[in-house]
Amino acid sequence: MNAITNYLKSLVLIELFKGLALTGRYLFRKKITVQYPEEKTPISPRFRGLHALRRYPNGEERCIACKLCEAVCPALAITIESELRDDGTRRTKRYDIDLTKCIFCGYCEESCPVDSIVETHIFEYHGEKRGDLYMTKEKLLAIGDKYEKEIAANKAADAPYR
Amino acid sequence: MVEYIEQMLSWMPESMVTVLIINLKIMAIVIPIMLAVAYLTLAERKVIGYIQVRIGPNRVGPRGLLQPIADGLKLLMKETILPSNANRFLFLLGPVLTLAPALAAWAVIPFDEGMALSDLNAGLLYILAMTSMGVYGVIIAGWASNSKYAFLGALRSAAQIVSYEIAMGFAVVAVLIAGGSLNIGEIVIAQQGTIFHWFWLPLLPIFFIYFISGVAETNRAPFDVAEGESEIVAGFHVEYSAMTFSVFFLAEYANMILIAFLAALMFMGGWLSPFAGLGGLSEFLFNIPYLGKLLGSGIHWLIIKSAMFCFLYLWFRATFPRYRYDQIMRLGWKVFIPLTIVWLLVAGVLVIGEVPPWFDKTV
Repeated sequence: MNAITNYLKSLVLIELFKGLALTGRYLFRKKITVQYPEEKTPISPRFRGLHALRRYPNGEERCIACKLCEAVCPALAITIESELRDDGTRRTKRYDIDLTKCIFCGYCEESCPVDSIVETHIFEYHGEKRGDLYMTKEKLLAIGDKYEKEIAANKAADAPYR
Repeated sequence: MVEYIEQMLSWMPESMVTVLIINLKIMAIVIPIMLAVAYLTLAERKVIGYIQVRIGPNRVGPRGLLQPIADGLKLLMKETILPSNANRFLFLLGPVLTLAPALAAWAVIPFDEGMALSDLNAGLLYILAMTSMGVYGVIIAGWASNSKYAFLGALRSAAQIVSYEIAMGFAVVAVLIAGGSLNIGEIVIAQQGTIFHWFWLPLLPIFFIYFISGVAETNRAPFDVAEGESEIVAGFHVEYSAMTFSVFFLAEYANMILIAFLAALMFMGGWLSPFAGLGGLSEFLFNIPYLGKLLGSGIHWLIIKSAMFCFLYLWFRATFPRYRYDQIMRLGWKVFIPLTIVWLLVAGVLVIGEVPPWFDKTV
């Protein structure tokens, strides 16, 4: 009996019509496509994009050359050289991040005791020649200066969860 | 229109005028087909996109409407690569042999009453002959490429097309019994009446089998083992590039549209209006100014019906996974052929018994 019902079922293509009905319903679903350059998906405050070095409100750079980020970086993308400044504080002489090595894990940001190195929400950037993606201290500080408002806002938004 | 052109060309010798007019008619068929093919590719991408909850191409032109033109231009610009170990003559003959029959078959399609390039009395036979020619193009292309993927694809598609041709042939025989003619125009006229007088109802299983065989004949999903991009890369046309590839592409889509037109003509009443045969109601509908013309029979109904079948092709492709090769063979030989033979007998009984409403002679 079961065999007969199965045979009849396959004869009238019931399963195939069910499949067609399903895809037919999907035809009229709301489309989820985000049309990228015009539309963008919301980004989490924890988004890990382009790196930046921050400054204190008085203009002093935050980084104290503790080299924790350099030590924690799994891709060995960070190179730091430190020096003693005239006022007796330790600061970086060189702070390079090779973005072609970086895997954007965010460990540098996590490890930073003074919230100096951060990963911003910027992800639309590119380099046009070799070395363009080798970020130096000057480039990183410039990004930090330019986007300080957004970085601070993201940090504040994420603070309750830390 | 034809008379007007004849008058205009009256200074020419008569034979030349005939040739010219035939050529003009051919153009009037082929150019819309080519446009339909181009826009069927866009429709395919759009429909499949929509079913997959995305929106499909929408960047080239308004709503992506120029996409087929951009695709065509791209294919034109690209280099046609001839594999060094391929048989050059056959390699180039393959695409031609696929496209030529796909277009030639359109010669006997009546677009409206008496509106066929050639009102052939053996129209259905001619169509069967032309659609089976297409397989030579595929075999030759696969063999001449000198590539194992192409060869496997050619073998698969040869076996598949030949198998499904039988079921398709039987389906056409059933239509021929029901319509009492091999002339496609007469078959359509035999379906005159309401929507329930069309042959899809008395020949329902044949109708399904015809369309499914048609899908298999054109090597479309879910019967696209000849192409099988996940198993044998692209089947018989792996080695083809640029225009040679696009000719295969054109042929495939021209064949799809052809099968859709045939299904509409043989089973869905061709150019007949679905509002006809309702007595006073259809008289009222057809007499509405302007709108009545649209509701009445005409080429637009044929186009609408075929567009529905074309849409089915795309719907199938978006829904069904590819058949396994032995399943295709089983379906063709052990299911379709017996079923068609049985329904051939049923159709014969229906016709001899003059079963109303389809086959009573009084109408």
